[in-house]
Amino acid sequence: MIADLAQGWPILSVVTFLPLVGALLILLTRGEGEATERSIRSIALITTIVTFLVSLILWAGFREGTAEFQFVEKHAWIGETITYHMGVDGISILFIILTTFLMPLCILASDVIHTRVREYMVAFLVLETLMLGVFCALDLVLFYLFFEAGLIPMFLIIGIWGGPRRIYATFKFFLYTLLGSLLMLLAIIAIYLTAGTTDVVELMQFDFPVGMQYWLWLAFFASFAVKVPMWPVHTWLPDAHVEAPTAGSVILAGVMLKMGGYGFIRFSLPLFPDASLYFAPLMFGLSVVAIIYTSLVALVQEDMKKLIAYSSIAHMGFITMGIFTFTEQGLQGAVIQMISHGVVSGALFLCVGVVYDRLHTREIARYGGLVSRMPVYAFVFMLFTMATVGLPGTSGFVGEFLILTGTFKASTLTAFLAATGLILGAAYSLSLYRRVIFGELVHADLKDMKDLNWREIGTFLPLMLTALWIGIYPTYFTTATDASVQNLITQFRAKIAANAAPAAPADAAPEAGQGTGN
Amino acid sequence: MTSTLSADLALIIPELILAVGALALLLVGAYRGEGSSRVVGIGAMAVILAALYFTVCAGSAETVHGFHDMVVIDGFGRFMKVLVLIGALAAIPMSVDFLKRAGVDRFEFPVLILLATAGMMLMVSANDLITLYVGLELQSLALYVLAAFMRDDARSTEAGLKYFVLGALSSGMLLYGCSLIYGFSGTTNFTDLAKGIATLGGHGASIGLVIGIVFLVAGLAFKVSAVPFHMWTPDVYEGSPTPVTAFFAAAPKVAAMALFLRALTTPFGEITGQWQQIIIFVSIASMLLGAFAAIGQTNMKRLLAYSSIGHVGYALVGLAAGGEQGIRGVLVYMTIYLVMTLGTFGVLLVMRKDGKPVETIVDFAGLGRTHPWLAFVMASFMFSLAGIPPLAGFFAKFYVFLAAMEQGLYTLSVIGMLSSVVSAFYYLRIVKVMYFDAPEGQLETPLPLASRIVVTVTGTLTVLYFVVPGALVAVAGAAAKTLVR
Repeated sequence: MIADLAQGWPILSVVTFLPLVGALLILLTRGEGEATERSIRSIALITTIVTFLVSLILWAGFREGTAEFQFVEKHAWIGETITYHMGVDGISILFIILTTFLMPLCILASDVIHTRVREYMVAFLVLETLMLGVFCALDLVLFYLFFEAGLIPMFLIIGIWGGPRRIYATFKFFLYTLLGSLLMLLAIIAIYLTAGTTDVVELMQFDFPVGMQYWLWLAFFASFAVKVPMWPVHTWLPDAHVEAPTAGSVILAGVMLKMGGYGFIRFSLPLFPDASLYFAPLMFGLSVVAIIYTSLVALVQEDMKKLIAYSSIAHMGFITMGIFTFTEQGLQGAVIQMISHGVVSGALFLCVGVVYDRLHTREIARYGGLVSRMPVYAFVFMLFTMATVGLPGTSGFVGEFLILTGTFKASTLTAFLAATGLILGAAYSLSLYRRVIFGELVHADLKDMKDLNWREIGTFLPLMLTALWIGIYPTYFTTATDASVQNLITQFRAKIAANAAPAAPADAAPEAGQGTGN
Repeated sequence: MTSTLSADLALIIPELILAVGALALLLVGAYRGEGSSRVVGIGAMAVILAALYFTVCAGSAETVHGFHDMVVIDGFGRFMKVLVLIGALAAIPMSVDFLKRAGVDRFEFPVLILLATAGMMLMVSANDLITLYVGLELQSLALYVLAAFMRDDARSTEAGLKYFVLGALSSGMLLYGCSLIYGFSGTTNFTDLAKGIATLGGHGASIGLVIGIVFLVAGLAFKVSAVPFHMWTPDVYEGSPTPVTAFFAAAPKVAAMALFLRALTTPFGEITGQWQQIIIFVSIASMLLGAFAAIGQTNMKRLLAYSSIGHVGYALVGLAAGGEQGIRGVLVYMTIYLVMTLGTFGVLLVMRKDGKPVETIVDFAGLGRTHPWLAFVMASFMFSLAGIPPLAGFFAKFYVFLAAMEQGLYTLSVIGMLSSVVSAFYYLRIVKVMYFDAPEGQLETPLPLASRIVVTVTGTLTVLYFVVPGALVAVAGAAAKTLVR
């Protein structure tokens, strides 16, 4: 019944561009002062909630059990070959829901912003449109457009409403990401010239010469690795997170990092299967370094946000590792882990935001013993700490378990090393929790701390429920992705087999690949 | 080729309108005296509009040669002429407010712009080395005077003199190149040159001819301000009155680029290998210098000068690639660049800081708070110049690099992309100053209507270009087809 509602109209475009309409409405509001500010906030909140509701209709109408793209829209855009092509499958649908789900919570959490509220809300709404576009686009140029344009609002969000070192952080964020993306743009041009199309669905049927795949893969890798971010190009993330306002951190960790992982699944694997296979050891290596190294770095952090930022890098290491196992479990786990991490790390940044708004410091040593003053907060924080550690019953467990199962099949050593990351993860998460929540309440100013208010509880409740929902009944989410993931792996194996069969001396391929690039 | 004078004259109606119009307005100005600048300005705009009308609507769509093959009227020329005329059309009203406040609102200004425009139109149509030179000099002489237009201002006169001396030097090199080409081939005509080279086959380029091409390229590189002949650009941009700088950055650049394309593609298309390397070098050097040298700048006009050097480098990527795709890339690039440049200077011209024209980057501090819309438009131009999607500048880069990749110029493409990351830094710095810094001093925006219109139109085009990107590309593609046969 609700499912039928989703048919017959361009629902994907509506979901994508609805926030833009809200942004325009906000731009049309006049005047300054309290009243206008309030109405701007409500417009933003209503827009994001409506977008969320429409995306729920989308989900209800989504047919499981098929790997085909659904709700497809295709219009001529640049000439005949580059089209406005939108569509979702089992992999992207969850990211769309995640984005629309986190957005109203971010708006709610932005009540503490009092400077230039109009610009703030416009930037967030524009950002939502661009993020949704990334997950809906089925044309490489269209994808690139959304992917790259997202830098502009984020640059402004960190730069205007960020912390003291915001300018350094936002420049670093922008230039790092831009460098990676531009190499991907060249690869997209090369794809267009080779295959004559940038349509993702058609490209999935196209076989790139193996030698060329290596170069294209590396160019896409440059972009996605920075976005994920993978070690050693992760250094922009802690800076950006620390300086960004709370809602900015939530979106950055919750959605923007996922674009990298999504890119690997959507483009690198199906388009360049041979190169993906060839570079899988590299990905494993970098992922394991990320997991272990950044976990160790997280252990010694004094700043709460920085600690969570480093933990994000470690968790994203699991995800890249899972993707390049090329097993069903690994990929499923990666998708679930991305959704789970989006919810949990977003929630953790909100948790930091709660105490930051009260005390205006993120230094861990300035806290301690909060449990006696803020019991509800202590409970919320505990739940998300457990989820990030990966306790069974929470969302973190499902993803990590699946990823490790998949990795174990592919490489036992990698799985073994990555599993130590779990222990380290528990160490830094629990130590953060202990130092902030437990212990003696020594700092006098903590005595006046107020527990969560209703707005904050309203923000956390959906996140808690989702984290538990994924943890307790993951099948609900995995069935959505199942068909698409299976199809991806089948296609992947078929392409590998097809390319391996005629070219028996495959060892010569990498050298040939280097030859074509010069 | 049999052609009557009247048929020949019919081909250059737009140029005739400009030349005759300029002389008539000069008379009007001379008779009516000092207070006539307004009338002359409006008259000049009407003249340009008439020329625009005849360029677009009149004449056949075919490629026609006239004056014994000295000029050629084709789709490529028509496309570039429209850009030149739009640039000139915008320059006149944008200057009014500025010149009035500077006390130099003289009627010569629009007349000089008309004369320069007539020269540019001739450059675009040139099919002979002589026509090329005559058009170039007509344009340049008018521009030298414009640069020194504020004659009581030391910087402006210095800019004019510098431009004149260096321009004369480059003209000398260009002429030397032309004479070498003539000496080693026996003709100055583009079509004959092409025929002669074609009959000689791949090794048709004698050493003398190649040296001639090198000198020709050097002279042309000066006019488009490409490295290593860019030195005049920052000084002239900074010293000239801002409306003149706005004009310099737009129309003459387009015209010189059109000349560059035609002078290399039509006669020397057969021996691309002989000059392609030079263009690749010039392109890479321009992109890198434009990116790195602009970082340290504090003066807005100087920064835009380096930025324009970088952008010429990107446009030349298309020429280096050559062929229909490459030319199309350059055409798309120059169109979008023209829009962005006019808009950026428009923003400069609508603002005044503490009663003085805006010059330095610091003057923009806090614009995001005091004038949100103006800051938004300016930020759009900056992101667009940096080539960030979905703004127009991204598509400009996309098409030149598409052509370069098609020709296998991978190194050039990668260097271009990397230098655009560097250049993104200083564009972002302006956004940073506008949005992240606190406002300082008294910033007024007298908002002269003309500049406001220019800013609004160019801003809208830049931001919303992505909605229908195909149309411009199709038109540019058709125009490029007429140049490459």
